[in-house]
Order: sequence, then structure tokens, then C-alpha cells
Amino acid sequence: MKSNDYLPHEVQIVARVQEAPDIFTLRLRFTDLAHHARYHFDAGQFNMLYLHGVGEVAISIASDPKDTHLIDHTVRVVGRVTKALAQLQTGDYLGLRGPFGRGWPMAAAQGRDVLLITGGLGCAPVVSVVHYVLRRRAHYARLIIMQGVKHTHDLIWRRQYDTWAAAPNTQVLLTADQTGQGWPFNTGLVTQLIAQAQFDPANAVAMLCGPEGMMRATAQALQERGLPDHDIWLSMERNMHCAVGHCGHCQFGGSFICKDGPVYPLPEISHLLGVKGF
Amino acid sequence: MNHFLAREDFPHLLRALTQAGYDCVGPQIRQGAIVFDHLHSVTQLPQGFQDEQQPAHYRLQQTDSPYWFDWSNGASAIKPYTFAPQENLWAVQRDQSGRLRFQATLPQPQKTAIIGVRACDLAALTLQDQHFLHGKHVDPYYQARRESLLLIGVNCTHAAATCFCVSTGDGPEIRQPYDLLLSEIAAGFLLSSGSTAGATLAAQLPLTPASDAQQHTAQQRMQAATQQQRHLPAKPPLFAHLNHPHWQTVGARCLACGNCTSVCPTCFCHQALEIPDLDGDTSRHERRWDSCFQPGHSYIHGWQIRSNATDYYRQWLTHKLAGWHEQFGRSGCTGCGRCISWCPAGIDLTAEVEQLG
Repeated sequence: MKSNDYLPHEVQIVARVQEAPDIFTLRLRFTDLAHHARYHFDAGQFNMLYLHGVGEVAISIASDPKDTHLIDHTVRVVGRVTKALAQLQTGDYLGLRGPFGRGWPMAAAQGRDVLLITGGLGCAPVVSVVHYVLRRRAHYARLIIMQGVKHTHDLIWRRQYDTWAAAPNTQVLLTADQTGQGWPFNTGLVTQLIAQAQFDPANAVAMLCGPEGMMRATAQALQERGLPDHDIWLSMERNMHCAVGHCGHCQFGGSFICKDGPVYPLPEISHLLGVKGF
Repeated sequence: MNHFLAREDFPHLLRALTQAGYDCVGPQIRQGAIVFDHLHSVTQLPQGFQDEQQPAHYRLQQTDSPYWFDWSNGASAIKPYTFAPQENLWAVQRDQSGRLRFQATLPQPQKTAIIGVRACDLAALTLQDQHFLHGKHVDPYYQARRESLLLIGVNCTHAAATCFCVSTGDGPEIRQPYDLLLSEIAAGFLLSSGSTAGATLAAQLPLTPASDAQQHTAQQRMQAATQQQRHLPAKPPLFAHLNHPHWQTVGARCLACGNCTSVCPTCFCHQALEIPDLDGDTSRHERRWDSCFQPGHSYIHGWQIRSNATDYYRQWLTHKLAGWHEQFGRSGCTGCGRCISWCPAGIDLTAEVEQLG
């Protein structure tokens, strides 16, 4: 039979984790175990999750590619489909097709410092990178995780950040625009953390995820620290229906974000980044 | 072009196609416009009709000429025959335990021969093939329809005032692959085959060798279609002019109706819709043509990247004439001029580009 990239495969929710009031993780397994065994992805790729009678939504894969046991998706309730997905429980069935798109440059980053800089709830697509690097710790130099949130209560995975901070050769920097009592970290924008980050700009790769304004400001701050443009990578987000570059919704200039992205090196998209209407 | 098929022998072609199992589709008149539809008899062909096209204007005029293909184009290209305006992609059945059974609903189209395909539309078909078939992902729905087609091209002999295929390099002479190619002269058609299927059909026709005079006449008639009033620059630098004030001017005129994208033979945008059945357990996933002029096109969790006609039009034009070069190695415009004729506001792509370039 010819391959059909539009057709979902059945998956079952093996575990469901409520991360925050409006954020949850679904841990999935294909009911066809042979298909599960064949399934491979790169860190930074995404799947289309399908909920019966509701529709599909593009969600980044949060687990490590080597973790063949389950495929994790961390979802924030922001739209029609994610609101419905939030109602699901362990044991429920979904459709899944993927993986799609280009992931993070993990091979190119080998032997180098890895900076993960995320804003708002944009952290999910890089969590797989944290797992990836920590599992292969010897293959990478320093790991610097920088996360900025609007309010202190937006920070999910607080315990994971503590665990990651304790890992060898790893620096974790957290900040919130608006801080409350008991917040031990920084106050301000994520860009302000870059001054504290210990990395070698001549031998580092930065991976950015979050609102475009945040990524633009971060890229500029990194350029000022001497990081070349081609070592700055961004994860983009647009409306997606087909996930294979056919439906046209995710066009960004001459690029289809679902197919050519969602991860891009800065020079490929800098001409349109921040241009209203693109 | 070394064979000749007399006009009165044209029914032999229809018969040969039918006998070979093809559903024949050809041009005819519906509601004052040329459309493609099932063709059973040459009497359905638009004999003597010519089209008069201008911005926001399309009229057919009856003449007493014997020609069947003396018009340039109608609203619809052959796009619907490969990229269906609406089709089911798959269906899913949920059982009592909540398990989901997905079933692809691939089309099983009848073999179809389209008679009268123009150079601009064959060029557009090649571009759609590139998009749906020749990338990393193959669209099996498009592929099934595409493989069911037999294409009988006709070289244009009359350019509407909206045509500009000469400047895009796509016409009026057909240069893209075809099964059979016709050039119309008063007495009949010069005919050549471009595929095995075409040659098999041609072998069943009462053909005679084409005379030099007939070939000369056909060349002259095609030459007439090269006289075009509009011109499109090869690669307008639109991405360098994203803040040009003319975008606002054209945006103020644009009604955001999406007609331009519907009639465009290369526009491929579509949306996926979930259509649950009333039984609560059956659902189908459908795709429909979509347009970058629709507010929902750029919707992303709670907001729209583009929310007004200026942004819509800029997205469309920059994609069609600049983004396509990056995606497919050439412009997405084949010079058919339909977007000009069928825009109710009379927005003229070639004139806008002149302002924006």
C-alpha cells in the first residue's frame, strides 16, 4: 500500500500528568506495537494529535528520541482541540501522525556548549533536548538552560529544573517578569539572563523557543555576546492543517514551517522575523 | 504537427476515447462562461464563441466562425480534476471501548480525458504536480486523480486582454507534457501525440498528412495569440518592498472574497475539517479549498497573523510571485489572467506588480 501521511494511527494514553492548571502531559503508545517499534523522531519534531470528532492539532514531542517506551506531548490549553484534549484520561484513545518537520541540530551541536533559551510556555519543544543532552552528557560541553516566564506561577517543571541544575556541567537560569514572594530566581526578561550564562560564543549552539518578540530580542542579545547567526536556532509556530507542506497555512515567505521547520537557523528566516503579517 | 484531422471527423476522437474507457470532458457554455464538463457530442462545444475579458469583466461573444476553441479560458482551470474542491481524506469509527479505526477514503476516479487544455493550465498542472507529488510527501488523493487523466491540449489562437502567458513563458504554445495536442484551423485540427496513450488513440483516427499550408495557417493563428497587452516581470522583488505604500492602496480595494485564489490554477491552500456524524461514533476528515484571504487561514491559538485585506493581498502576491521561486524554482503564475477577470474589484495583478516592483 502507498504511504498516506494524512492518515492517523491509533495511540493510547498510558499516563497523564497535570503539570499546571492549564498544562498537561500525555504519554502515548501506538496500539500497533510493531508500528511503535518502527517509530523514530528527532528532538524538536512534532506530531499531529487527533481527537475523535474534534480534529487535529500540532504538538511538539517532549520525550527523548531514545526513549522508545512512550511518546510524550506536553500541551497547554490554548485552543479548541487542546481544550478538548485536556478532558482525556489514562486509557483513552487518540490518533497520531508524524513525526513531522526538522528538529534541533543535535549532531551539529556535538562537542559544543548548548544554550536552551525559552520564553513563556515555549519550553516544551526543548525539554526533549534537555533529556537528549543529559543522556549523552559526554557528547556535549556545557548545557545552559534559560527559561523566562511572565508570572512566577507560570513556571512548570520546577522540580525538574532543580534536577537539571544538579547535573554535571549544567547551568539553570530562571526569571519571571513579575515575581512574588518566595521566588529565589531572577526578575526581568529572559534576555537579561544571557549576561550570566557561561558559554564560549565561538563554540556554542543556541536553541530558542517562545514568542517571536522574545526570540528576536534573545537572538540580538546572543549576537552581542558574539554568537554567529548560523549558531542561533529558533522553533517557529504557525497554523498547521496537513503537516506535510501541502495545505499552505504555515507558509512563512518561501518556507513551509511544518516541513522546512519548525526549527530554523536564524539566517534562513531573519528577513521575515518580526515583519507584521508573516 | 504532421497529421490532420478534419472537423467532421472529430467525433471519431470522442468515440475512440469512449471505447478506451475514458469519460470525456470538454469546454461548453454554462451561465455565460466557458466551463469544463462531461462531453458527449461535438454539438456541446462552444462553436464560434470568443471571450472578452477585462478587469472584473468576462463576456462571451458569438461569431459566425467555425472554431470551437477560439476562446482563451473560463473561470475554472482543470485544477478541480486533480485537486478536488472538497473530498474526504479518511473516516474513523469509534467502538464501545473507545478504540479508533481509521480508514483512508482514497478516490477511485474514472479514467477521464480532458479536451481543450490550454498551455497556461498545463503549466499550472505541472506546478501542482511538483507541489503534491514531487516533494518529500506524496499526496495519494491528488495522485489517484492525476493518474486518471488523459490530457488533450489545444494551442491558443486568441489571447484575452487579461492574458500574459508570453511573459511568464508558459504559452500560448503548449510546451508541457500532453497526450494529444491540437491546433485548430477552419477545416479541422493539426494533431500530434505526446505519449503512448495518445499515439494509440491517434492510430484509430482518420488522419491525413498535414500540408505545409495547413501548418503555416496553424502557426499564424497561434502567432495571433502572442499579441498580449499585459506583461509580468520575471521575478519582481516583492520581499524587498514589503512596506511599499501601494499595499495599502490595493488592500483598500480588495474585498477579501478569495475569488482570485479560487480561479487561480496553481493555488493549493486547503483546510482540514472534522465532520462528526450524528451517531457520535463515526467521523470523517475532509479537506476543502481554502484561501489566504480568509481570516481563519493564519489563525493560531487565539489570534490571526493576518487580519486585514492589505495583509491578505500581500501574502498572496508575495507568495505567488516571490515565495514560489524559493519553493518550486519558478513563479507560481502561469499568465492565465483569471485573477484579473474574476476579481469583482478589478484588481489587476500585472498593474499592481508594476506599482510594487
